[in-house]
Amino acid sequence: MTSVRVALPTHLRTLSKVPGEVVVNVGHPATIRSVLEALEGSYPMLRGTIRDHGGTRRRPFIRFFACERDMSHESQDTELPSEVQDGKEPFYVVGAIAGG
Amino acid sequence: MPHVRVLVGTRKGAFIITSDESRREWKVDGPYFGGWEIMHVKGSPVNPDRLYASQWTEWHGQIVQRSDDGGQSWEPVGNEFSYEGVPGTHQWYDGTPHPWEFKRVWHLEPSPTAADTVFAGVEDAALFKSTDGGKSWSELAGLRTHATGQSWQPGAGGMCLHTILIDPGNPQRMYVAISAAGAFRSDDGGRTWEVATGGLSSDFLPSPEATVGHCVHNLAMHPSRPDTVFMQKHWDVMRTDDGGRRWTEVSGNLPSDFGFPIVVHAHEPETIYVVPILSDSQHYPPDGRLRVYRSRSGGNEWEALTNGLPQRDCYVNILRDAMSIDRLDSCGIYFGTTGGQVYASPDSGDSWIAIAEHLPAVLSVEVQTLP
Repeated sequence: MTSVRVALPTHLRTLSKVPGEVVVNVGHPATIRSVLEALEGSYPMLRGTIRDHGGTRRRPFIRFFACERDMSHESQDTELPSEVQDGKEPFYVVGAIAGG
Repeated sequence: MPHVRVLVGTRKGAFIITSDESRREWKVDGPYFGGWEIMHVKGSPVNPDRLYASQWTEWHGQIVQRSDDGGQSWEPVGNEFSYEGVPGTHQWYDGTPHPWEFKRVWHLEPSPTAADTVFAGVEDAALFKSTDGGKSWSELAGLRTHATGQSWQPGAGGMCLHTILIDPGNPQRMYVAISAAGAFRSDDGGRTWEVATGGLSSDFLPSPEATVGHCVHNLAMHPSRPDTVFMQKHWDVMRTDDGGRRWTEVSGNLPSDFGFPIVVHAHEPETIYVVPILSDSQHYPPDGRLRVYRSRSGGNEWEALTNGLPQRDCYVNILRDAMSIDRLDSCGIYFGTTGGQVYASPDSGDSWIAIAEHLPAVLSVEVQTLP
């Protein structure tokens, strides 16, 4: 198993009642999909808030970053960078910047 | 002692405002769900401490929250709203077919008979029902798949089902309103629907008296008269006395018959309230004066209620779900503004006070009358 740190945007930390990063355990190699599935399994209230309920489409105003790399448009089956899989860097779920 | 609980949804969270029977001193709690748009909060008539809230942002989509202690604590429940079968299409702004896509819940209507049963009116327009306290949702697809459904089209605010009325004496009888499709009635608990737009006329339509396409803004009904429904339409205030088969205009002497909410007095079925707005392009009160209008004759003859409301330089709007009543002996009337004020009248509209100011723009106001 691989432990992956996940950094959530403020609204999702509030919704899931977690104060900071969360850690999910997934099989090796860790992918965007396996991390999101583990996250939604541990925090069911996050289902539908990052991607649709079918798990196929990222919500339009959500981005995925890891190791200064924008992974938003990559396949969910993309393997995460080794630094994320080693726990040195978090996988970031980010809300798009907007005013209002 | 009787008291009231005002449930306020705003663009940046929910607020709960409480007072005793006198309704002179008010306590504001919140924000709950700060930063999220709270489209609507409403309590169960069966168990008033059971509250449902529709929470939404463009970023994270729909959340439904539930409280079982009157709003002190909340838990997210089900947020999966899947249209039944292949959803098909409705009309888009340019007249082309557009797939039905769920966006958000505009209105939550708890059942008058079961605390775990609640209905949700959603965008794109459809009606959903939960019988397990909001954990799971099933579409009452007979509405969306009505023969007219393919020709429904969105208004500027989206194609939303924003009003749900349930006859407490016969919960099989329901009315819903959709912008910009019209009004519909069901006599079998939402399984099948018929159009309830006879007599409506909308000048913006190629055929003003078309069956569907009317931008109905809000409906109101007194529980003792389920065949009589009042309507604030995009333009025109209307009433029906035969369950929506035929509507007649009752705008009468209103300074403008454009507006969003309409409510009925708790104890006087022919006393109704609207807030006239100058026009659909200006969305603020005529002359910068915030006036509630009351008719004690079921429409046509209206009087302005101004005592305690700003009578100069006021350019706020009052949205369709942002007006409500309490059921105390002296009926209270409440509304919230896009400027973040919540006004209350403990005397059927004769006088008003601001019970909250400087809130985010108010989207919805509901009032619970508690023992």
